[in-house]
Amino acid sequence: MSIRVGDAAEAPPFQKAVLTLLGDTQLRQNVRHATDVITQKRAQVVAEQTDWQELRSAASAIKTHVLQYLDQYLSQFEAACTAAGGHVYWATDADEANRIIVDLVQQHGSREVIKVKTMTSDEIGLNRALEDSGIHPHETDLADMIIQLGNDKPSHIVVPALHKNRQQVREIFMQKMGLRELGDNPEDLTAAARQYLREKFLNVKAGISGANFLIAETGGVCVVESEGNGRMCVTLPDTLIVLAGIEKVIPSFRDLEVFLQLLPRSATGERMNPYNTIWTGTQSSEGPQQLHVVLLDNGRTRVLADREGRQTLHCIRCGACLNTCPVYRQTGGHAYGSIYAGPIGAILTPQLFEMKHAQSLPYASSLCGACYEVCPVKINIPEVLIHLRGRVVREQRASASLEGIAMKVMSRIFSSRRRFEAAQRLGKLAQWPFVSNGWITSLPGELGNWTTARDLRPMPKQSFRDWWREREKGKQS
Amino acid sequence: MTEIHSAARAAIFSRIREANSTINAAMRTAGYQNIQREYQQSASMSRETIVRTFAERLHEYDANVYESTPTAVSSIIAQLLAAYGQRSAIVAKDVPREWLPKDLNWKKEAEASIGDFDKAEDAIIVCETAIAHTGTIVLRDSRRLSLLPDRLLCVVRERQIVETVPEAIKRLQPFAADALTFISGPSATADIEMTRIRGVHGPRILDIIIVRD
Amino acid sequence: MRISLFIACYNDTLFPETGKSVVRLLERLGHQVDFPLEQTCCGQMHYNTGYQAEAMPLMRRFVEIFKDAETVCIPSSSCVGMIRDHYAKMAELSGDTQLMEDVEILLPRIYELSELLVKKLGIEDVGAYYPHRVTYHASCHSLRSLHIGDLPLRLLRKVRGIELVELENIDQCCGFGGTFAVKNGDVSTAMLADKLRCIENSSAEVCTAVDNSCLMHILGGLHRQRAGVRTVHLAEILASTDEVSAT
Ligand code: SF4
Repeated sequence: MSIRVGDAAEAPPFQKAVLTLLGDTQLRQNVRHATDVITQKRAQVVAEQTDWQELRSAASAIKTHVLQYLDQYLSQFEAACTAAGGHVYWATDADEANRIIVDLVQQHGSREVIKVKTMTSDEIGLNRALEDSGIHPHETDLADMIIQLGNDKPSHIVVPALHKNRQQVREIFMQKMGLRELGDNPEDLTAAARQYLREKFLNVKAGISGANFLIAETGGVCVVESEGNGRMCVTLPDTLIVLAGIEKVIPSFRDLEVFLQLLPRSATGERMNPYNTIWTGTQSSEGPQQLHVVLLDNGRTRVLADREGRQTLHCIRCGACLNTCPVYRQTGGHAYGSIYAGPIGAILTPQLFEMKHAQSLPYASSLCGACYEVCPVKINIPEVLIHLRGRVVREQRASASLEGIAMKVMSRIFSSRRRFEAAQRLGKLAQWPFVSNGWITSLPGELGNWTTARDLRPMPKQSFRDWWREREKGKQS
Repeated sequence: MTEIHSAARAAIFSRIREANSTINAAMRTAGYQNIQREYQQSASMSRETIVRTFAERLHEYDANVYESTPTAVSSIIAQLLAAYGQRSAIVAKDVPREWLPKDLNWKKEAEASIGDFDKAEDAIIVCETAIAHTGTIVLRDSRRLSLLPDRLLCVVRERQIVETVPEAIKRLQPFAADALTFISGPSATADIEMTRIRGVHGPRILDIIIVRD
Repeated sequence: MRISLFIACYNDTLFPETGKSVVRLLERLGHQVDFPLEQTCCGQMHYNTGYQAEAMPLMRRFVEIFKDAETVCIPSSSCVGMIRDHYAKMAELSGDTQLMEDVEILLPRIYELSELLVKKLGIEDVGAYYPHRVTYHASCHSLRSLHIGDLPLRLLRKVRGIELVELENIDQCCGFGGTFAVKNGDVSTAMLADKLRCIENSSAEVCTAVDNSCLMHILGGLHRQRAGVRTVHLAEILASTDEVSAT
């Protein structure tokens, strides 16, 4: 099996990747501005939704339930979708999914496809697979276009180009669309995209989309978007291929009443995003005549098999955890080396990958808990991060690391009062070479990572317990 | 392909069952019916407030909202088209004749080609239901007509407006397998510096006429 | 009331003033404080870094020492968070039913300092006097694990002589995160820079919090910048009176 998550296999570890990114002040300003705006808007529309916590609880319960009966709901979806005229395909990994989709487009005879934003297609590297077979994919989401035309990588799961500002977008558009003149206000740039794509929407006969929800009860698909490019892609072509992870299924149409309230408020800070399309098979007189739904595993069943980690599959890709994450807000998305960035990326990428790569990601968090607090489906991301750190440690056990040894020693020390007190005394002695003018300003080894930017107060002469003992003695005498 | 595909299906299902057989035994499983739904499911506001909220929320999306009596609809439509300098529009099939001012040029949706939709400046539609809480209209038809022209005008009857999303979903349940389109404001993007821009690929202008019962 | 103090290993070793202040404060309020000398560490650092096996004996030790205590006070919200969020699960994992029972009985008796004062003892005005300009940083665990909200601020507002100034982005992480500060020193420093900027903008002379771990991080940055702002644990402010003043 070849499980792939974008180019994450080749990505450098998080600690390395951040070094250049932290130096890119323009990128950091762009990321900060964008995340500030979304988090503020989100906070407002969440505050006015008085039943927010009840919605979160319901969403979490629905997702927990779905995963427990995932086989049943997937069969039900398959049967209903097929009965409504759709075709359902199964792919265990990225390569299989790519092959299925390329075959379908080739059978249809199209040399071009229009695509609406799907993270899953980035996960499996679909665009490259299409191009290798001589099929040109047109990304139609404004941000995805910016990424595609600029040969860039997405840095956010909802707003993939938030690391670019208007001047940078203008440059890309002028170059790639061959424009002599173009203003740099967002209106001009948006108008340029509209013009560039209109003709494609009307003429390209094959479309590819993701899915926000697959409805088991009806066999329907729900796509949530803002620009209208999604509606174009799922309505106008005569063949439509939907690519979705197997965890996207929900039991019934009714469940949309929960998710359609949570998702837009969390994702873009809107009460509702401009467009949701829900359609079933090929029954609509206005939709595509051919509908293919490709259901993807690519490591998801592995995540499912981990009792602690499986809640990761609840994710509805709203991006709220990225926007609120103090780490993401400093580094942007590229540091995570995966199309799934931020807190959700830090738990999803390593799990899909079976921890082989991306061992640095579970540590890319201060465990501040902001992600869990905003997550509309209540994924306890800090808990999963800690769980995954445990897996990293267990896997590295074999090779005795310095950290591992130190941790063992510390645990031994803390396991005995005598050893603990001895260590306190020893510490006071051991620190003196590093103390100058009452402060520690430089430490050796990994601890030096602290003193590169921060000082440290040395251990005081008397520990608390020494003071306590002295006081107790004084009381007795 | 079918062989690979059925092998893949079998592999995925067996992995799911294996994962769940151990974990479900150790976890509490709850039936679908037992899922707690303590969120708001019915209206809490007066009819008047619901209509007002609907209008306010639409305003916040930069949609234009007009209130009308059943008899005044045609004159509002006439005024709007005049303001846009248009003498024609494509009209959805469920729009009643009497709403359409006489001396203008009406093209029926069923007779329009994709090119007509693309070229049209104005579309007139109706909806199945509308949600005050989110400023949303929900359509059962007119997927292309509500997407391709530059301006979209939807006539909403007061009784179609519900307060909350769950009430709307309940009303839509009989049509759950139809193609449904939820529209909340003009098409928009905030992909560039989080600045909200109206009208990317869908209509730039959304006009809503609320017809009081 | 008889209150058992768990001081936390790093407070014991690095910040004895905090422990002394808790003792003075609680005794001033008429309570009897007890400090079991066998205590060491709650296991947080091990657990959060992925060394869950090594955290297990520390958890057992903590439970053994405090299981008969009436009320436990801990002046460190991250340790309380460790205990509340993970001990039950760890006990379950160990399969030791006695341990599971002990943990279940122990958990509701554990209080972070401001929880103890406001929620358990029902007191906001502890009679403190602290004539300085102070800003309060809400640590991550206090907010998002313990959900103590504004309890510390309620206590601070009743302190005589204090001038409380608001901290912008009060709930934003300072970038400490235990071993994160070392493993991801660069990002941690960038986060700290934001926090320091907010502290500076507040024009406070003292930054306080309910966790010395965050304060150690913040002070480390402030001192490197020679910023002229110091950090003081909430307990030390509350313990200070006209007669006994904290720094
Ligand atoms: S983990 Fe939660 S907050 Fe993050 S993207 Fe997924 S659903 Fe949204």
